[in-house]
Amino acid sequence: MSAGVETDPGVARDAGPTAEDPVLEIRNLSVDYGFGDDPTHVLRDVSLTLRRGEVLGLAGESGCGKSTLAYAATRLLPPPGLITGGEVWLTGRDGERADLLSLSDAELRAARWRDIAIVFQGAMSSLNPVFRIEKQIVDGILAHRPRMRREEARERAAELLRLVGISADRLRSYPHQLSGGMRQRVMIAMALALEPQVLIMDEPTTALDVVMQRQILEQVMELRERLGFSVVFITHDVSLLVEVADRIAVMYAGEIVETAAARDVYTRPRHPYSAGLLGSFPPLHGPRRELTGIPGAPPDLSAREPGCPFAPRCPHAMDVCRTELPVLGRTAQGEDGRLVACHLHTAGAPLPEEVGR
Amino acid sequence: MRNQLLFLRNGKVVTGLAILGFFTLLAVLGPWLSPYDPNQVSDALLSPPSATHWLGTDHTGRDILSQIIVGARGVLVVGLVAGVSATVVGVLVGVTAGFVGGVGDESLSALSNMFLVIPQLPLIILIAAQLPSAGGLTVALVIGATGWAWGARVLRAQTLSLRKRDFVEAARANGERTWRLVLAEVLPNLTAVIASGFVGTVTFAVLSQVTLSFIGITPVSEWNWGTILFWAQNNLALQRGAWWWFVPAGACIALLGMALTLVNFGIDEIVNPRLRSTGLHARSLRRRGIRPRVGFTPVVREVRS
Amino acid sequence: MSFLLRRIAFYVLTAWAAITINFFIPRLLPGDPVTALLGRMQGRIDSNAEHALRVLFGLDQDATLWQQYLDYWGLLLRGDLGLSFTHFPTPVSEIVNQSLPWTVGLVGVATVIAFVVGSLIGTFLGWRRGTWADGLLPVATFFQAVPYFWLGLITIAVLSVNLGWFPSSGSYDRGLVPAFTGEFIGSVVYYGFLPALTVVLSSVAGWVLGMRNMMVTVSSEDYVTVAHAKGLAERQVMLGYAARNAVLPQVSSFALSLGFVVGGTLIMEMVFSYQGIGYTLYQAVSTHDYPLMQGCFLVITLSVLVANMVADLAYALLDPRTRTEDR
Repeated sequence: MSAGVETDPGVARDAGPTAEDPVLEIRNLSVDYGFGDDPTHVLRDVSLTLRRGEVLGLAGESGCGKSTLAYAATRLLPPPGLITGGEVWLTGRDGERADLLSLSDAELRAARWRDIAIVFQGAMSSLNPVFRIEKQIVDGILAHRPRMRREEARERAAELLRLVGISADRLRSYPHQLSGGMRQRVMIAMALALEPQVLIMDEPTTALDVVMQRQILEQVMELRERLGFSVVFITHDVSLLVEVADRIAVMYAGEIVETAAARDVYTRPRHPYSAGLLGSFPPLHGPRRELTGIPGAPPDLSAREPGCPFAPRCPHAMDVCRTELPVLGRTAQGEDGRLVACHLHTAGAPLPEEVGR
Repeated sequence: MRNQLLFLRNGKVVTGLAILGFFTLLAVLGPWLSPYDPNQVSDALLSPPSATHWLGTDHTGRDILSQIIVGARGVLVVGLVAGVSATVVGVLVGVTAGFVGGVGDESLSALSNMFLVIPQLPLIILIAAQLPSAGGLTVALVIGATGWAWGARVLRAQTLSLRKRDFVEAARANGERTWRLVLAEVLPNLTAVIASGFVGTVTFAVLSQVTLSFIGITPVSEWNWGTILFWAQNNLALQRGAWWWFVPAGACIALLGMALTLVNFGIDEIVNPRLRSTGLHARSLRRRGIRPRVGFTPVVREVRS
Repeated sequence: MSFLLRRIAFYVLTAWAAITINFFIPRLLPGDPVTALLGRMQGRIDSNAEHALRVLFGLDQDATLWQQYLDYWGLLLRGDLGLSFTHFPTPVSEIVNQSLPWTVGLVGVATVIAFVVGSLIGTFLGWRRGTWADGLLPVATFFQAVPYFWLGLITIAVLSVNLGWFPSSGSYDRGLVPAFTGEFIGSVVYYGFLPALTVVLSSVAGWVLGMRNMMVTVSSEDYVTVAHAKGLAERQVMLGYAARNAVLPQVSSFALSLGFVVGGTLIMEMVFSYQGIGYTLYQAVSTHDYPLMQGCFLVITLSVLVANMVADLAYALLDPRTRTEDR
């Protein structure tokens, strides 16, 4: 784990690499949905740092903007998505930094998959149904290594499949001939084809059964040890994140409400929403807790109210929560390496039990 | 309710409905609006458009504008009758097939696919040509009897997906009778699909009927826009350069067909939200420097208000 | 394999249905146009041919319907479609045989060109949604709504009568003897250009709109996003991933709408007096030549069925999911 002193991401303005060696740095990213006069602001000033070799978990209910963040950072958000501000700094293998949002199309195309690869939610729909697995892996390799011979790329594809525990003769299969778990492994193999520095995994195991989930996760973690890439792991299942992630960022209504080391979020959540999320999932290990869940649903982002977006569902909401938007800052306890966006921590009053442990 | 408002806010739909309204007016008031009796011959043989004959005259001096105005009724009535009858058959076959499933579904689907694959126009020609008198209504019914298959196919698919939805399952579990289930739960949800099928069939019926009149299968004394083209073709309007004889009638058919297509676009956009172009106005996007592209989200660093 | 077997079974069934419809139409419809004609031909027609016509048109009152049906099939299997009234005593099958190749050549080539060109334009329009390309949509809508034959009339008026670039009717220079010579083939292409152009113009819009909508739908599929994420060249994503999948429903709707398209394009032969099966049907209708009409309908339907099977075969080649049943 690479816990340490973290600079306030909203304040970090210098473009030089910091001591923690960030490989991906998202700064003040804002995204609208809709090209019209009244767009929905789905992401507001989101900042996030992924350090080299780290597994960063992105948690939150569905519709909180986790996937939007991943898509927007790579400019893959489909129309009518619109990036209205921010920077996404990627540190290349040679140590050179580039803002993905300012790159030309050709430069961005070159950086995709080579530096930053994505495993999408549905493995069935992520694979093109009319092409063999082999072609889909080879296409990705050859797009970045035009000089490579086809046979070489094919051998590389076979090697990749073996890496994720699938026999190489499956290369000649079509996606519909593979099981769900196998398809997801193929996607992972494909994503690792160019040995990217960053692997974004968007709910990679949601559609799979629990046994398959564990197998695939263990495999990814093992591969990470061996190949040394960093991972952004997106899921709504916080207890799963605690298992795999070094750090966790909790998102709500298009904003990050808490970041901290994984174990800290799990044992001592600082935001009422994080606490609520933890109560919604059974822990994979350890004593059983009572599942409570959070009453209500995430807000409709097209009709934002002033104040903290979580206030209507928050058991500890105060008057200020309904009028003022809290900003990401230090916790009331003044802990290093954690940030929270909650008025409870700035009010000075004693914290409620569930966020004050 | 919100959907209906959306429907009427759609520019395409409004344009389409306006054109349809215009032609409907012609169809209803035609005989009173037309300046001449369309069958009345005069001395002005094959004269180009003038103040007395706005769209000129044909080879026996009949007024072409009057023929078009009076002919509108023939076109619309056939379109409407054929559209309604084909839609009724289509709904019956499609919804039944989608709802009963199993062998019944297989055979009904095969039946509608057959009617789709067999070329309809030659079949209609074959039937119409052997009828002792193929007047407008007869032709409409023949078109309706052969043109229901497309609607049935689409409706079947839609019913099939509806049948699996929760609310239908729930009603079924409550022991609701099948016919009630279909009337109360399924049909209301098929409105858009049925409407789109209806509009499509009307388009097809109008084109078929005009074609049949053009090749002289329907009685040439019954005025519709196809009949005008029949007279024009048989009296060498093309070779004589009498453009006013065949251009306006064809343009009217095209305009009517376009209006129907526009209405159908609007319905399609309701059924398939991905086709909605809301907010995608090329000009305003260009002004703001947004270039919508698949795979490259536009980045526009605007000053936030 | 089972996909193709099912399709073949369907086509056999449809062919049977078309033949049976052909059998029943003259029997079910009121009026009896053939008897009068037979009366006029009394003595000039040999008894065999007269029997064939009686079978085809259900005038065999002594036989049961079942017996009539069997006789009818017997005739068809021998390729006997009766005698044409207007071209008496030429057999219908002979006339149909002469005109069919012209139709297959003209309508077939033009339809395939329209499909390919339309799908390519539609690919582009769908990919570039929300740009100036959207401005082409109303144009396509207009062409889709125009009746085929009217477009034919307009092209004749402009390109043939006014400009005199192309002949307005016929299928080759009558001064030439049909043969496999450069001159004759050139004449066929020259005469066929205008009707082919009209067929393409009038049917291309439907393919454009269909493909455009499929591209819009497919572009938001995950595998297209993945293709972008892989950093593939734009052309490769557009053609290799998006269009490659969008064309599948396009091909199956090609099969289904073939009947409709062919129906419309046959009218074009009538406008251009092009000696194909559509023109023959037109002549048969205007001269009340019922045996010829029936024969034309059968041949048109069976040809469309064959074209359909080809389209299905293409679909099976394009979509691996239809080929393999195993997991």
